[in-house]
Amino acid sequence: MTGWERFLDTFFNAKVMAKYWPDILHGMWVTIELAMLVVVTGIASGLALALLRAAGIRPLNWLMIFVVDALRALPPLVIIVLIYFGLPSAGLTPSGFVSTWAALALVLMAFSEEIFWAGITAVPRGQWEAARSTGLSYAQALFHVVLPQALRLTIPPLTSRTIAITKGTALGSVVAVSEILGQASSAVSNSYNPSPLILGAAAYLVLFIPVVVAGRWVETRFAWKK
Amino acid sequence: MIEAIGLHKHFGALHVLKGVDLRVADRELVFVIGPSGSGKSTLLRCLNRLETPDAGSIVVDGIDLMHRRTDLNAARRRIGMVFQGFNLYPHMTALGNVTLALRKVAGKGRAEAEALGLAALERVGLRDRAGHTPGQLSGGQQQRVAIARAIALEPRVMLFDEPTSALDPELVGSVLAVMRELREDGMTMVVVSHEMGFARAAADRVVFMDHGQIVEQGPPAAIFEAPQEARTQAFIGQIQRH
Ligand SMILES: Nc1ncnc2c1ncn2[C@@H]1O[C@H](COP(=O)(O)OP(=O)(O)O)[C@@H](O)[C@H]1O
Ligand SMILES: [Mg+2]
Repeated sequence: MTGWERFLDTFFNAKVMAKYWPDILHGMWVTIELAMLVVVTGIASGLALALLRAAGIRPLNWLMIFVVDALRALPPLVIIVLIYFGLPSAGLTPSGFVSTWAALALVLMAFSEEIFWAGITAVPRGQWEAARSTGLSYAQALFHVVLPQALRLTIPPLTSRTIAITKGTALGSVVAVSEILGQASSAVSNSYNPSPLILGAAAYLVLFIPVVVAGRWVETRFAWKK
Repeated sequence: MIEAIGLHKHFGALHVLKGVDLRVADRELVFVIGPSGSGKSTLLRCLNRLETPDAGSIVVDGIDLMHRRTDLNAARRRIGMVFQGFNLYPHMTALGNVTLALRKVAGKGRAEAEALGLAALERVGLRDRAGHTPGQLSGGQQQRVAIARAIALEPRVMLFDEPTSALDPELVGSVLAVMRELREDGMTMVVVSHEMGFARAAADRVVFMDHGQIVEQGPPAAIFEAPQEARTQAFIGQIQRH
């Protein structure tokens, strides 16, 4: 065997790949499912928190800022491990999938709350005043006048942050979630060959390149245009 | 129509209104002039409770705006306000700007709100711009849409805070023309502005403010031609030199 053949046999082993690609495909579905759940619940709860913060209840806001900052400061893997290994001592036994989902959704909630809040505060005060001067209530001014403008400002930073956090689904492999990386690593230990990792990387590219491209489109589409 | 008595307002240590009394009769047009920072905007914003005075009473069209149980949102529907910076909603069309409060505050259905909104745009001469967004309109047109947004709600009083000072000189006339028509229709108006020509032609009374107090007031001719107070004389001299 030449060095080149050995390289191909190690990383692009056709037999190993043929055997394990169904596992990787299954992992892709788990990754997609996990990512969708994280995106929907993380962004929805982030928006809900930002709206709650807009209500201006002081002690609640201090608590919220503390929790959000903590979630942004902690590495996501630490949060996953805390939930997975920590909650059982409190009588709860979340699966690896649920732990990863919850942890990443919390992180996305924290970041998107900050992004939504920044968007809300970036809307000029005159917009509030014009709305209130016509008799709209605080909530009506928020929902009909301020929020639509805030969301527009929010889309570019939210898109890039969402993509970054969604890639964190790979961390689920640490707590035995059978997503792409999890499937690939167990295939590697079963076959004594790293080729499944190449398949796994290819699966990530297939999943995330369209997302990154769509994200760039969204960012240019919503970049400041008055 | 408006009776604001003994208004005091502080921003932190800054005493911005120092006991201002302002009475405005039905159908009267009162002009408020004074140096920058003298508290004109703050006074105006107290009249629809965008700003809450620290002391004093405000009654507009029989509604006590300082009473705890007063529904301010309902009251504000009766008090139109026009801002220096227009403050149109940039994500809505001209018609959308005008109909929002008609629908959400006055509770009109979509069709009725749009008919009323178009009628209001007609009054400011912009019916044909109903589908344009603020970014597609000139400053003068934006300010007229802002006036339409306020008058669509059929207010009893209109408050104008320097409505033409953000406009290029050639666009000022169109906004003043709309204000003059409102005046001729009998609208009660309080106008903060330094448009002396308009004040002479349309104002019943000119109020001069300085350092949070009303220094002097009277008919336009008296204030502009023969001010009694030294501070008024200095200020009138200044703006006439421009
Ligand atoms: N929201 C605010 N917070 C702090 N200071 C303010 C605020 N609004 C106005 N002021 C101050 O109050 C004073 C009067 O302002 P204003 O009523 O806008 O004057 P005018 O309209 O006559 O120029 C100014 O010194 C201004 O800086
Ligand atoms: Mg002012």
